[in-house]
Amino acid sequence: MLAEIRQFFAERSVLEVETPLLSHSIGTDPQLEFFTTEHCSLPLRQTLFLQTSPEFAMKRLLAAGSGSIYQIGKAFRNGESGRFHNPEFTMLEWYRVGFTLLQLMNEIAELIAGLFSGQSLQETQKVSYQEVFCSFTGLDPLVFSYQDYCAFARECQLFEAVDICGHDHAVWLDFIFSHKVQPHLGDNALCMVYGYPSCQSSLARINEQCSLITDRVELFINGIELGNGYYELADAEEQSRRFDKELAIRQQHKLPVFVKDKRLISALESGLPECSGVAIGLDRLLMLLSGSASIEDVLSFPIHRA
Amino acid sequence: MASYSTNEFKAGLKVMLDNDPCAIIENEFVKPGKGQAFNRVKIRNLKTGRVIERTFKSGESLEGADVVDVEMQYLYNDGQFRHFMVPDTFEQYQTDEKVVGDAGKWLKDQDSCTVTLWNDAPLAISPPNFVDLAITETDPGVRGDTSGGGGKPATLETGAVVRVPLFVQIGELIRVDTRTGEYVSRVKE
Repeated sequence: MLAEIRQFFAERSVLEVETPLLSHSIGTDPQLEFFTTEHCSLPLRQTLFLQTSPEFAMKRLLAAGSGSIYQIGKAFRNGESGRFHNPEFTMLEWYRVGFTLLQLMNEIAELIAGLFSGQSLQETQKVSYQEVFCSFTGLDPLVFSYQDYCAFARECQLFEAVDICGHDHAVWLDFIFSHKVQPHLGDNALCMVYGYPSCQSSLARINEQCSLITDRVELFINGIELGNGYYELADAEEQSRRFDKELAIRQQHKLPVFVKDKRLISALESGLPECSGVAIGLDRLLMLLSGSASIEDVLSFPIHRA
Repeated sequence: MASYSTNEFKAGLKVMLDNDPCAIIENEFVKPGKGQAFNRVKIRNLKTGRVIERTFKSGESLEGADVVDVEMQYLYNDGQFRHFMVPDTFEQYQTDEKVVGDAGKWLKDQDSCTVTLWNDAPLAISPPNFVDLAITETDPGVRGDTSGGGGKPATLETGAVVRVPLFVQIGELIRVDTRTGEYVSRVKE
């Protein structure tokens, strides 16, 4: 699988890069927990982080004029462990300078089709978040109606949803999407869901035509989430504002708070080229390619035996 | 009682949910790459035996339930209650038919079974997987018949009715699988 991926990018003249796993700063996403460690070069002691994704470092390379790049590397997310999660996992991340999200989606489809060429994967589906959400639930994901969402949860016997989600639109979407939509996505096919609601934008750009959605895409096969791509946000000020917002949420939820990545902001200030990027979990991809039921089956040593 | 957080939920763990003791059957970690993490948990309510699915925000916790399985000897039925005894300590417990439920029809005096205790009170009774019981009533046997074919109903000493092959006679001891209620074989005394 790795050889095929490298071949795929070699043919398209995308440069393979390597960025640090150990770094001075880290993403602010309130949903991601990270690992920290101490760097002892006495008399100095510094806290360093294990990367949750190579995104920031790769964007700095892009801003420095690297052109299109890809990386196959490890990423670390604390506290994530289960049938589809291991705290340490392998990620393929790539950025295409000058690509729109749609162009990138086509390239993703080509890569996946190539990897699954031995197996009969159905034709790739592309569907908007609003369309797919509505077709499985009858709800509009872009407009938050507390009453309708609650009524839907009751109808599905998901009574606990009301307590868990409260009045938080984003959590409601996560809850309903992962319970009632995601399991149906990509029945023996790659399914790309685009146009995520802007409350779930993260590092994607807000759509030019409609400010309620963002240029973000998620990939699914057989109900398993494989990856996530953006038309990358290049506006340093906007990025800085989003960091501040996420840090505020972290503070609210009493999560560890730290300084935002100034090096990324200044890289964005100096100018990130127009580009789209995507990250794919390779362990899950290997699970699908080998028909494995658990991520442990495709890891040499899962976390409890590492 | 200790409380357990979602990442400690393992199959078999006993917890309190909605004031009822429950056993965890399955726990799946669900997390969108960018988004809230949940644990989708399959739980059996030990009182009703019903299995439900429930979702928790990752990191939430539940109170542990004081539930233990104890091997006991079934003593007798006094008409209102059934009596059980722990062989080692001679400690006795009594339960009504509601708790005994379906297990009742497999319980023979002096046989052992598993009693699930919640806060030291019987919550459920599970008979052994296989029990040997005598037939008290069935149609006359047909000589030469093998185990194939239709079979006939037979009433056992505990009152349970199972289908047995035609050659099996009144008074014979047979082995029954209590999980399916099916005849397994004849047993030599």
